[in-house]
Amino acid sequence: MKDLEEFRASTKAWLGENCPEEMRDNNKEGELIFWGGRNRTFESDAQRVWFERMVEKGWTTPLWPKEYGGGGLSKEEGKILRQEMRAINARPPLGSFGIWMLGPALLEYGSEEQKRYFLPPISRGEIRWCQGYSEPNSGSDLASLQCKCEDMGDHWLVNGQKVWTSYADQCDWIFVLVRTDPKAAKHNGISFILLDMESEGVSTKPIKLISGKSPFCETFFDNVKVPKEHAPGVSSIVGEVNRGWDVAKSLLSHEREMIGTGADGAVALRGLGEVALEYLGRDKQGRLDEPLLRSKIAEAEIDGWAFLLTMERIKDEAKAGQGTGANASMLKYYGTEFNKRRYELFMDAAGSEGLEWESERSEDGKLAKDWLRTKGNSIEGGTSEVQLNIISKRILELPDA
Amino acid sequence: MSLVLTEEQQMLRDSARGFLEDKSPISALRKLRDDQDEIGFSRALWSEMAEMGWAGIIIDEEHGGSGFGFVGAGVIAEEMGRTLSASPFLSTAIMGAAALNTFGAKAQQDEHLPAIAAGKRLISLAVDEQLKHNPNNISVRAEKSGNAFKISGEKTFVADGHVADKILVAARTAGAPDEEQGLTLFLVNGDAKGVDRQRTALIDSRGAAKLSFDSVEVTGDDVVGDVDNGRTVLDGVLNAGRIGLSAEMSGSAQAAFEMTVDYLKERKQFGQVIGSFQALQHRAAQLYSELELVKSVVLKALQDLDTNLNMALATASLAKAKAGAVAKLASQEAIQMHGGIGMTDEYDIGFFIKRIRVAQEMFGDSAYHADKIARLRGY
Repeated sequence: MKDLEEFRASTKAWLGENCPEEMRDNNKEGELIFWGGRNRTFESDAQRVWFERMVEKGWTTPLWPKEYGGGGLSKEEGKILRQEMRAINARPPLGSFGIWMLGPALLEYGSEEQKRYFLPPISRGEIRWCQGYSEPNSGSDLASLQCKCEDMGDHWLVNGQKVWTSYADQCDWIFVLVRTDPKAAKHNGISFILLDMESEGVSTKPIKLISGKSPFCETFFDNVKVPKEHAPGVSSIVGEVNRGWDVAKSLLSHEREMIGTGADGAVALRGLGEVALEYLGRDKQGRLDEPLLRSKIAEAEIDGWAFLLTMERIKDEAKAGQGTGANASMLKYYGTEFNKRRYELFMDAAGSEGLEWESERSEDGKLAKDWLRTKGNSIEGGTSEVQLNIISKRILELPDA
Repeated sequence: MSLVLTEEQQMLRDSARGFLEDKSPISALRKLRDDQDEIGFSRALWSEMAEMGWAGIIIDEEHGGSGFGFVGAGVIAEEMGRTLSASPFLSTAIMGAAALNTFGAKAQQDEHLPAIAAGKRLISLAVDEQLKHNPNNISVRAEKSGNAFKISGEKTFVADGHVADKILVAARTAGAPDEEQGLTLFLVNGDAKGVDRQRTALIDSRGAAKLSFDSVEVTGDDVVGDVDNGRTVLDGVLNAGRIGLSAEMSGSAQAAFEMTVDYLKERKQFGQVIGSFQALQHRAAQLYSELELVKSVVLKALQDLDTNLNMALATASLAKAKAGAVAKLASQEAIQMHGGIGMTDEYDIGFFIKRIRVAQEMFGDSAYHADKIARLRGY
């Protein structure tokens, strides 16, 4: 415990000295993320300085082992670092799918050579990754995917299409689920392959969403040659050939955790009641001047608070070795449904102002766009219905039809 | 504090589960009901529970208790909820003991705590006067005359009030009925002159009473806390009760849910078990998620109680609102998913919806506590 107290004191002091003032504004719901990548540009010198200093400490990926570019911190130390960063409202220095998704999958399934080759550039923000999972005909039924990958002796040949590839047009590398054995049962012929987006035959096309934004792309592979090894001993396939579904599932659970726990920061940031008061004011008794909306908001705040406590409890149980690990689907389901409900209530509270798409006071429809974006939360990373299926089968052990 | 049970608390849970499944399964409640038992619980069983240390669960060892604190009490309440065990655990071991333990004078503690821990003294809080819980509107008055007070008025929905040795009465010693302050809590003998008790048979087959007080005499020695400043005492005791009920409802809801999931795996229609139908699977999975949330709020609130009774002001409302709503849902879904058999008295599932209906109403339903959360959060 004494060591942890010392760690807290030194971390606090270091952050105090090294986190530039301009980077202490982490309050805009993740819009200020620096994504890194080959073509990285910094919005300011402060952002660059903050990023470089954190990279040097390994604190862009604080829990990863030092030999892979991480900070080598224990879980307890990692928690202290998060708390101290939150205390000064520091932005995360770097965000990426490499950190949140590919990294944890490589740590679990990657070979030593793959870890040493791929992880440090992720920590240092040099390579920005995207995820090639869904296809036009494989959404909820992901394992039916058809993107073809043939063994050509000295290389793999990839042909097919992916969809909902986040920021594919800005990314450097992609991890892709491909079918390497078309004759095997659908879960058994899939491999998890890593390839460079600059390879010949890769192209992307942004998809415009109902929110007007384009965070996702279609990605096309037209006779893309992928070397068997990206460097000596560094296979382009993670895990065994035809066993990529295991890697995919593990990675999906990281993604679900990330989407589900996204509600964490959101709940802490803006209280529904507080926002509604700003829009609607009080009645003579001092209550929110919309009695039925007030009761819906109170119920939602209760559920939001209960959800936060549940994430805390499940983390604590895991730490105490009591957890079952089966609750990622529950958190994903509840967190995303809750976030949608929360934004419906924000829209209710904002009235006609919330409907403005182009105006200064609405920041060009920021609320409306955020509200529309939440509708995807319960679709991406496995729909709510798929999560309920998983809970039914894995936790409640109800039989298949 | 970590949101998990300690090893000691887990052992307490395991031993409570074993004891209750053996001594007090749902069939015991059925028997009390069928016998039209006057008390509504078994005194012999309560003595055994006291021997296990449950009556004195939050009382320190110095006063004869087992000193497990509120998390320990909650663990037992939850197990009692699973088997729907009828006992004065909530009224006496949680609320009565909390009142004296936290707010009682030394002489009161020395007199009552050992007797409570021994299972020999029952205490009930009398607070409600109207159909809906509203502790901010209390009309029962205690008029001062010399060193004594005379209490007059009526209370309702007093759990175990028909058999309690002592009634903790929330009475007004100053101000108008709708004023927040001006309350005093008195410990009144259940058989004092001027006390009239009518047992009300409720749907849960347990005991509650309507009490009327006709110039009932008490003295300054019977005051728990300070005269006119009883609000803190009342809120603290109510919070303990609300959280105890939440823990109980969490247990009842989990048990009803487990029975239901088991039934889904057995019952066949259209040539297959009905648990293979997605329409039912999704309802069950949603309920599972809600129950997980209930476990979290209950544990958090219990931990807050152990820190300080009034620290749990917000989490008591959080727990009671969430546990009440989800337990209601669980009991309703249990009947629907059981189908016809769920409507029969012979099958046990119906006992859950009855007890949960009572528990969610007692000391404020979900709407009451949602309103309270809104006020606490300034809207």
